[in-house]
Order: sequence, then structure tokens, then C-alpha cells
Amino acid sequence: MVALAQVRPPQPVASASTGAHIQIHRVSHHFDLKDGPLPVLDEVELDVAPGEFVALLGPSGCGKSTLLRLVAGLEPAAAGELLQDGRPILSPDPSRIVVFQDPTLYPWRTVRDNVALGLQARGVLRREAHRVEQALALVGLGEFAGVHPHQLSGGMAQRVALARALVNDPALLVLDEPLGKLDSLTRLAMQSELVSLWQRSGFSVLLVTHDVEEALFMAQRVIVFSERPARIKAELTVDLAYPRHRGSPRLAELRHQALGLLGLDATW
Amino acid sequence: MASAPYASAPYGPPYTGLRQTGASYSDAGVCRAPKEPAPADTPAPASARPAIPPSASARQPLWWSGAAAGLAWLAVGVLTWLLPNAPAGFTEWNYTVESGIATTAGAGLLLALALAAPWLGSALDRLRPAGLWLIALALFTGAWQLLTAKYGVLPTPFFAPPQSLAEVYIDDWARLSDSAWHSLRLLGHGFLVGAGVGFLTGVAIGWSRAVGYWVHPLIRFIGPIPASALLPLAFFVFPSSYAAAVFLIALATGFPVAVLTWSGVAGVNRNYYDVARTLGASQWFVVLRVAIPAALPQVFVGLFMGLGGAFSILVTAEMMGVKAGLGWYLTWAQGWAAYTNMYAALIVMALVCSGLITLLFAVRDRVLSWQKGTVKW
Ligand SMILES: Nc1ncnc2c1ncn2[C@@H]1O[C@H](COP(=O)(O)OP(=O)(O)OP(=O)(O)O)[C@@H](O)[C@H]1O
Ligand SMILES: [Mg+2]
Repeated sequence: MVALAQVRPPQPVASASTGAHIQIHRVSHHFDLKDGPLPVLDEVELDVAPGEFVALLGPSGCGKSTLLRLVAGLEPAAAGELLQDGRPILSPDPSRIVVFQDPTLYPWRTVRDNVALGLQARGVLRREAHRVEQALALVGLGEFAGVHPHQLSGGMAQRVALARALVNDPALLVLDEPLGKLDSLTRLAMQSELVSLWQRSGFSVLLVTHDVEEALFMAQRVIVFSERPARIKAELTVDLAYPRHRGSPRLAELRHQALGLLGLDATW
Repeated sequence: MASAPYASAPYGPPYTGLRQTGASYSDAGVCRAPKEPAPADTPAPASARPAIPPSASARQPLWWSGAAAGLAWLAVGVLTWLLPNAPAGFTEWNYTVESGIATTAGAGLLLALALAAPWLGSALDRLRPAGLWLIALALFTGAWQLLTAKYGVLPTPFFAPPQSLAEVYIDDWARLSDSAWHSLRLLGHGFLVGAGVGFLTGVAIGWSRAVGYWVHPLIRFIGPIPASALLPLAFFVFPSSYAAAVFLIALATGFPVAVLTWSGVAGVNRNYYDVARTLGASQWFVVLRVAIPAALPQVFVGLFMGLGGAFSILVTAEMMGVKAGLGWYLTWAQGWAAYTNMYAALIVMALVCSGLITLLFAVRDRVLSWQKGTVKW
């Protein structure tokens, strides 16, 4: 209910119609382990408006990646309902592109061919080949198009995975700690890059991150999860216009609030 | 089993070492040999020396081991040519003088090459590491010549001098090459059928639960039977012995290929599938572009094992019923107590088999060039 109240269009009124409307309604999930079920999600209720940028924060192992897998359609939820634009999510679909926590590049494909995979899979590679180079340039890896993944550093591999997602023109971009392995400078640059890309394209974003600043700098709304099984513990609205400034006092205030919710305020 | 050495070889460090023949031979042997100085532009110690080919402009050192080998072969040639043969009772060894002269000439050429090495640039780079082997072969051939033709120490029908091998190749080359051709054709036929069927079976079992349910028990039950045990049955069931042999070779190849392809497909990182599916890949796309490429390293292990198994069933089948090929030649030679012909056929067989293995390595290196640490050639 809280979530519904928060629904707003993205601030730059770009092509908001291209963003997916994701509804997560009372979704619970568990894994069947040898010694009984392991509950991972507990009645999660979340609504992502078309074109909205939502970040998910929570302790490690609480179930964030699991939630993203459900949204992607890779697994059915044990209970509850997931909808995209009112239709149930039953299987993966290229309108919802996922960048996994692990870059998972195909080692037998060059960087270029890895990035081209989505276009190739949908049979539009010939028509849209130029997008591959654009996406590589966007993540700063144009020169590495011809190399194989084992020649890349961890951060470079993560940027390739990002490029592989961005070529596809998704309605929803699902990002599972996509910047986790980057050095702090590249990371800041990629954050701004992603935000401006999102503003230009108008897709919706679900971003999982461990980095409170990153969540607050990028997202319009930050959802804070509890320990496993994940429940929505709180929700922060970042009422700041883009482009944002990292030094803004409002951000510092929100950060204090978020860390408090995560139980870390004592150290700050 | 003949295939055992290849089972683990295709993508481990041991093989990688073998592949870089130039570097590892000289690191292991030549540099420790006192006669072979390290190239001028790369100072010792050998272990720290990177395998960088000397630049073209640098003058190449003399090829010491090659010169020594040339001298050794010269000695072998001259003693073959000029030392009289011991009386061998029933026959005189043909081609003694001719092979002596030919060896001497070859030795002269080798010597000239070795001495001219400084002016030949990088032309000798491939040959250089073989120097010590050339010396060893000369010593072996010389001893062989002395123990057989020259002093008659080894009993004659079983041990013939080198020139009698030459005699077999000169007089019987038509039959030998015909046999080799028949063997190659039969092997190619069976191996390609077996590899194809094995590969498709492996992919199907690895991918589809239903296919796995039906085919897996069959493979487990029939696969481990040595193909040669089915030989009598196959000769009886098939219309021709050729077809029977093709079937058995295909079986011997197909089993390891199927099992390893299957384990390759089954062992593919699940995340590869997830990524492809979220990017909109169809089932076919996932099989062809994700599962199969990811399984290829394993498939090649299967192919190496299959090829080893195919050799052994090929020769057995040719000995037992197919009236052509190198295996048949071996039994034929044995029937006539023509032991030299047998050695000659064995040498041809070794060349053919190791040539095929080398070819498969070359294909593998090309196909799997994306693998980390695989050396291209
Ligand atoms: N396939 C699986 N089978 C069994 N248990 C699983 C599986 N995947 C995840 N889990 C368990 O579910 C819980 C949540 O995992 P998840 O990957 O969603 O955490 P996360 O919030 O993404 O953590 P992190 O921030 O460290 O990535 C973990 O305790 C994990 O052990
Ligand atoms: Mg995770």
C-alpha cells in the first residue's frame, strides 16, 4: 500500500511508455533443502511504476538475488504473484534484461560476440549490429571488442555484462550489483552513465546494491530488506532532482537514515 | 588401452608443454648439453629464459647438435657402404650399397645445413630442437646395422638390417600403400559415423530427460563391452565384413564420445543458460550456441579416446575378416614369415596413427583456441 502511494512518473518525462510496470504482490519463496525448506522471501509487496528507478538494499544472503530471479521469470514464485504490465511473469523474456551478480561471459565468444548475444538470439543482429559497438563504447571497452573474456579483468568483465544487457533496449533493466567489482572511480563514472542512460531511454530499473550511497545517488526509491527471510523493512523516497550531487546535504541525511535502518548507524 | 595417454591430455598443462616443442625441448635438453650454447641474445639460465624466438636480424649460432648428428650419420653411411656383410646363409642383403650411399649423402646434406646455420636465418628453427634425437637415431641405426648385416649377432629371420626395410618399401610399396589406404578409408568411415552418432546421442541425453531415460541405460549396458568381443557377431549379422567393421569402429568411437559429450553438456554452468534465456534465446539457440560450445572441450576428450579405441578395433577387424588394410598385411606377412614386411607395416601404422592423432590435436587447437592457456600453432 505504501508502495502504491509512491508511484510517480520518472522525473525527466522521457518515453515513459517504454518502461515496464512491475507488480510484485505478496510474493513468498523458499528453497527445499535436505533438512526442510529454507524461507527466503516473506510476502514481498512492491510496485515499480513504468520508468521508475528502484534500488533494493539489504543484508547479504537475505534473498535479493532470489527476488530478481523471480522477476526475471527464471523461477516461479512459491506463493504470490508477479505481473508485468498486468500480465503474469511466467518465463524469461527479453523485455526484462538481467545483469547477474556474476558477469557470466561466454568464454568461447569474443567480447563483441558476447555483447551481441541478445541481438543474435532474437534474430536482429544484422539490422542492429551498430548497437554493439555503441554499447561497448558506453562502458569504455571499444578497444577490447576482439578479445576473449579470459583476457579481461573482473571489472572489465562486469562492464561487458552491462553492455550485453544495454544493447537490448529493455523495458525493465534488472541489475544485481552490476558495479560491485569496479574500482571506485570507474564505479562513480558508471553510476552517472547508467542514470543518464536511464533518463534517455525511459526503461524501469530494479537495482540491487550493497552500497547505500550508490542506491541513494541513483534511485528514486530505496527499499530496505530485513534479514532472511526478506521482508520489506522500510522504504525511502529520494526526492532529489537529477543530475544529483554527491555532496548534497539531503543525501547525507538519507544515508544516515538508511544506515540506521540497516542497523549500522552506530558506526556513522 | 591405447587411448589412455590422450584421455587427460587434451587440455591440461602436460599437453601444453608438449605442444611448445621448440621451447620445451631446448629448455629441457639442448641447453643442458654442453655443446649447445644458448642463443646469443638470450643469456642463460635456461629456466628463466622466455621462449622468444631470436629476432631475424640477429645472426644464428652454429647448429652444434646438427653437426654432430651429421657426423654420426656419415659414419653410419660409410660403414653400411664399405664394411662387408657377414654371410647370411640363405640370402644376400639387397640394397646394402645403395642405402649406404644414400645415408652418406643424407648425412653430408645434414652436415652442410648445420655448418651453414649462421647464414640460413630462421629457416632451421623447426629442425634445431631435433638435433639430439638425430644423434640418438644415428647411434641406434649404426648399432642395428652392425648387429645384423655386418656381424650377424642377431638371429636372421626375426631381425633384418635396415636396408631390408628399404627393400620392402621399394619392392612392396604398392601393396603397402594400398593397405594403408584401405585402413584409412575404413577407419575414416567408422570414426566419422561413430563420432557423429556419439556426439548427437550425447547432446540428446544431456539435454532431454526423456531421451536420457531411454538411451542412458542402453549406453551403460552396451557401451562398456569391448567392441572386439562383438566381432564374430558383427561378421555374422552384417552383409559384408566391411560393413561389420564400420559398425564396430563406430561403436568403439561412439561410446566415449557420447559419454563425454553428455557429461560436458550436463556440466555446463547453469548461469550460462540463465543468461541466454533472459536475453531471449530459444531452446535451439541455447543448445547450439551455449550447451555445445561449452561442452566442446569434453567432446574432444571423447574424440581422442574414441580414436584410440578405433585404431585397435580397426586392426583386429582387419586381422580377423576384412581382407585388406594394414592389419591384414600384418597377418599376411606373418603367414609368410616375412618379418621385415611386418616391421615395415608396423612403422607405416605408427606413422598413420600418430599422424591422425596430431591432426586431431590440430583441429582441437583451432576449434578451442579461445581456451585460456591453449597454445595455437
Ligand atoms: N538455488 C538455491 N538453492 C538453495 N538455496 C539457495 C539457492 N539460491 C539461494 N539460496 C539461498 O537463499 C538465500 C538468499 O540468497 P540470495 O542469493 O537471494 O541472497 P542475496 O540477498 O542476493 O545475497 P548477496 O547480497 O550476498 O548477493 C541464501 O541463504 C542462499 O543460501
Ligand atoms: Mg545476490
